Amino acid sequence: MGRLIIFNVLRFVILIAMQVVLFKNIGYYNLATPFPYILIIFLLPIGTPNFLLYVLAFLTGLTVDAFYDSIGVHAAACVALAWYRIFFHRITLDVDVQDSFETPSLGNMGSKWYLSYISIGTLIHHLVLLHVEYFSFSNYLSTLLSILLSSIFTILLIILISILIYKRKSRLLSN
Amino acid sequence: MKNLWLFLVRYNAFFWFILFFVASLLLVVQNNRYQRSAFINSSNVVVGSLYDKLNSWKSYLALEETNKNLAVENSELRKQLQHYLLTDTLDSVRIVDSIEMNRYQFTMAEVVNNSIHQKSNFITINKGSLAGIQKGLGVITSNGVVGIVLNVSPHFSTIQSLLHPDTRISVTLDTTNVFGSLVWGNTTDPQFAIVKDIPNHIKVQKGQKVYTSGFSLFPKGIEIGSVEETGISSGGSFLDVKIKLRTNFSNLNHVYVVKDLLEDEKNQLEAVTEDNDG
Repeated sequence: MGRLIIFNVLRFVILIAMQVVLFKNIGYYNLATPFPYILIIFLLPIGTPNFLLYVLAFLTGLTVDAFYDSIGVHAAACVALAWYRIFFHRITLDVDVQDSFETPSLGNMGSKWYLSYISIGTLIHHLVLLHVEYFSFSNYLSTLLSILLSSIFTILLIILISILIYKRKSRLLSN
Repeated sequence: MKNLWLFLVRYNAFFWFILFFVASLLLVVQNNRYQRSAFINSSNVVVGSLYDKLNSWKSYLALEETNKNLAVENSELRKQLQHYLLTDTLDSVRIVDSIEMNRYQFTMAEVVNNSIHQKSNFITINKGSLAGIQKGLGVITSNGVVGIVLNVSPHFSTIQSLLHPDTRISVTLDTTNVFGSLVWGNTTDPQFAIVKDIPNHIKVQKGQKVYTSGFSLFPKGIEIGSVEETGISSGGSFLDVKIKLRTNFSNLNHVYVVKDLLEDEKNQLEAVTEDNDG
């Protein structure tokens, strides 16, 4: 358990640092900006209680907001992501897996599950994020384009990071 | 009660989501300037168009009153026109000052929201920046002065009414050419206002008319009201005069927004004067 907490804290620190030092400065004009820090929320242990999950997501969002000077925007998106995560876990995982404290990583879950988990989650996060950020339905096409391109960017980066830290362990899923 | 509890526990993910999401949105709207203005603006459009709708019904009720006012104004204008025709025929060398004639532009607008009972009163009208209305223009009715344009959206404008502690309008008393500034002051009655800074030696009679001075946003000589009570001392060498306003703020309907076409020129010239001073 202690190991688990230390791993998650380390992941939090490293990903936030990468986000604000590196990825904040990368982007294709204003159209595509990557936010791979959401991997923090994706990779929290599966059995994290709902309330704790929301609190952690909210705090993660607020931390990023503090660096982006946009209080609340990332927090809202991360909370939405947390909700998606609960929903996705409930419909795709067995009950005994749902209660374990395994990390839902690429090595543990297999690429098929992991890819759909990451892709849909990133899309939802960016959808909420950019809607709250633009806060209007005018020029909606550019909002949608921005969501799509940013999501692709983020998903690619997350996959890259996941492959770099890939460690094949026990398969929690039967397939 | 038990069922309610079970329901909450069963869907706790959803309820937590609502709670946290609303909290984040509150943070967003409260702390970020862009979102706040967007939020307030969008709600303003909703509120504004609602008032517009309401007013289109209410205006039927005031139709008789409006008609009467228009008839009165018509006759007033006709009288003035006659006056002009008369002077024109008698005085063949009259020089028409075309600059003075085109100095002000009037835009008619309908009042869609109005308040008179607050400490600071505001009015909303149904014309905005698309109709050429800008911040800081004066607003009058056929009966007198209404206020100053405070904020403008594409289709609506808010007016800081004369019934607002910050509104000051430059006025003169008839016969004497002294000028003072008109404020609502600490009266709370929408029928009365105070003219401040009239020098002590001026004799002010009850019933004397008060006009705009033409120094500020408003054209010269719009009748504002008549003196109701004189000699209210504010200390020092100035007198305050209580006047009864001609504008009936409680049933405002149509107003005119006054645009001074030469204002920029005037301000530029005055800025040069101030530069010379300093």
